[in-house]
Amino acid sequence: MTAPTKLIIEAGRIERQYWQDLWRYRELLYFLAWRDILVRYKQTAIGIAWALLRPFLTMIVFTVVFGNLAKLPSNGAPYPILVCAAMLPWQLFANALTDSSNSLITNANLLTKVYFPRIIIPISATIVSFVDFLVSGLILLGLMAWYAFIPSWRILTLPLFILIACGAAIGAGLWFAALNVKYRDFRFIVPFIVQFGLYISPVGFSSEIVPERWHLLYSLNPMVGVINGFRWAILGGNIEFHWIDFLISIGLVGLILSSGIQYFRRTERMFADVI
Amino acid sequence: MSDSVIQVESLSKKYLLHHQHVRKRSTLRDAISDRTKSLLQLVTNPLKNSFRTSELDEEFWALKDISFQIQQGEVVGIIGQNGAGKSTLLKILSRIVEPTTGRITLNGRVASLLEVGTGFHQELSGRENIYLNGAILGMSMSEIRKKFDEIVAFSEVENFLDTPVKHYSSGMYVRLAFSVAAHLEPEILIVDEVLAVGDASFQKKCLGKMEDMTSKEGRTVLFVSHNMGAIKSLCKSACLLNKGSLVMQGSAEECVLTYLGLNHANQLKHTAHFSKPQNAPLYMTSARLFCKGSVSEYLSLGEDLSFEVSFKSESPIQIVKLGYLISSATGDRLLNANNRYQKSPQFDVAVTEGVIRCNLGQVPLMPGQYTVSFWLGHSEFDTHIMENVLLFEVIFQDIWGQGQPLPPNFSSLWWQTEYQINHASVEYLNSR
Repeated sequence: MTAPTKLIIEAGRIERQYWQDLWRYRELLYFLAWRDILVRYKQTAIGIAWALLRPFLTMIVFTVVFGNLAKLPSNGAPYPILVCAAMLPWQLFANALTDSSNSLITNANLLTKVYFPRIIIPISATIVSFVDFLVSGLILLGLMAWYAFIPSWRILTLPLFILIACGAAIGAGLWFAALNVKYRDFRFIVPFIVQFGLYISPVGFSSEIVPERWHLLYSLNPMVGVINGFRWAILGGNIEFHWIDFLISIGLVGLILSSGIQYFRRTERMFADVI
Repeated sequence: MSDSVIQVESLSKKYLLHHQHVRKRSTLRDAISDRTKSLLQLVTNPLKNSFRTSELDEEFWALKDISFQIQQGEVVGIIGQNGAGKSTLLKILSRIVEPTTGRITLNGRVASLLEVGTGFHQELSGRENIYLNGAILGMSMSEIRKKFDEIVAFSEVENFLDTPVKHYSSGMYVRLAFSVAAHLEPEILIVDEVLAVGDASFQKKCLGKMEDMTSKEGRTVLFVSHNMGAIKSLCKSACLLNKGSLVMQGSAEECVLTYLGLNHANQLKHTAHFSKPQNAPLYMTSARLFCKGSVSEYLSLGEDLSFEVSFKSESPIQIVKLGYLISSATGDRLLNANNRYQKSPQFDVAVTEGVIRCNLGQVPLMPGQYTVSFWLGHSEFDTHIMENVLLFEVIFQDIWGQGQPLPPNFSSLWWQTEYQINHASVEYLNSR
């Protein structure tokens, strides 16, 4: 055992040990994510296949509606790949946001009975969504093989965009999770945001069809930069990189994430009292 | 400074109670409208700063100005009535909630066990839950792996390790959960009333494990219990809390006595009335004690004792379960019965209120003071528990007709015994 650690508990004390504790409890982060992954598809007949089936069906619907019926342009790339390249990050964001927003409530029994840095809970929810994302990434690989589509070097930049998507989800998730503890209204607000967000993000269509005068407003959605980035990295070809969208995205995500962490840290000490 | 591991200085915890009849401010809409109103007020009447109106809330001090120190290797019992602040104290010590004022210094790693099986997941197997629960309680993966076999052996559920715990019996569940907790190795262990579960033999095993922990390994343990017997046998010293303040810190024996004194202030009581508790659809309204057929708090040695409990139920009910427990004034549990386990009549039709009478007949209680606790419930579980609500005294009368006064060091119980005598020795009788 290590030398006795001294701990002081005081009202309103900003705990210097917080990040140290977070490191000490990193295994808990892993275990909570592991639990949620194990449990997620328990007692389902097709199990983990759901992680493939859901995005796959959505992709077909979007391809048919936007590509075949509405005949939106795809800049030469096969429409299913265009949709899939956008849907993967969107679903990562949407699932991570939904799950992390509800995570504190679903783990209320832990909050009131044991101590650990609370931030672990929403982050572990995001990890679970990330694993789902990796699984559903197989669809994209399958599509690429089917259309014999070879990506360029740009695909190597993909992790950067994944990171931004996760950052956005965690940042917003921290805000909503903390607010949800006190105001359960957010249980209804978050699904609405996710549903609404699907239509204002370029998931079913390409960013090119957005009128120029709306573009700035449109790119205030941080997922626009991420999705454009995904398309740019995966589809390659003549798609140009939207620097402005990208920078706006990064700036916004940074803002959401840092304010989210701050708000979460400020409120977390009363979670057990109000939940 | 000496080797005190826990140092608590003027610790207080305040809660705001919302009153139900006043509109609760728990939804966002209310908060927004209230804030807007107070903002408007601030603008229109800037002198009166009413931004934080809280006249709707009542302050409640769960803990008030508590200070104490605990030395390394001590096992300290924390006792007090329901609502005395025991659990709040433990929650603050385990960093689950924050104190309102005051300061605590802890020297060493703290692990708290406020509930058995925190974070157990129904769908996961026993094996998986050991890892999960261990991690939640603050063990590292390598630590769990090292102790895994020990934990499994202690829990006695080897054969069901790969079964989801939802298929476990409640006893197995508790055993597994406690085994994980029992193998924590913190310098300071904080235990809430968790030993109240599990069967008697397992409870004993756990108590033994806790004793080992403190005597051999020098750990400090804080232990909350209503079981005064366990407090006396496990703890050397104790803290007594009452209504949020520390009444005394001293030897366990003294604290228990003071606690029991506080509890009923030695005021003999043959009738108790209860108000409806929250969230209890079935509850007791009163309890009365009868000595030799009439309401009294004095029972002469050898006379018949009865209890009568009135209850109400929100929905009509046919089967009502009532248990009682007679404890000595020092908290030792002596006699009990419960028609959950013993045969009893049931109502012909479902009722919403009624009276249950327990006739105990002659009870083998020696002179002294005794308290009575009641458990009321329906066929599944107890909904209303009132502990030590009646207090009666057994007074001596010479029922055995020997004209002998009783020596002071008798046990609490006597037993009617038939003595047989024979001139021959026992060996001789057996050899025939």
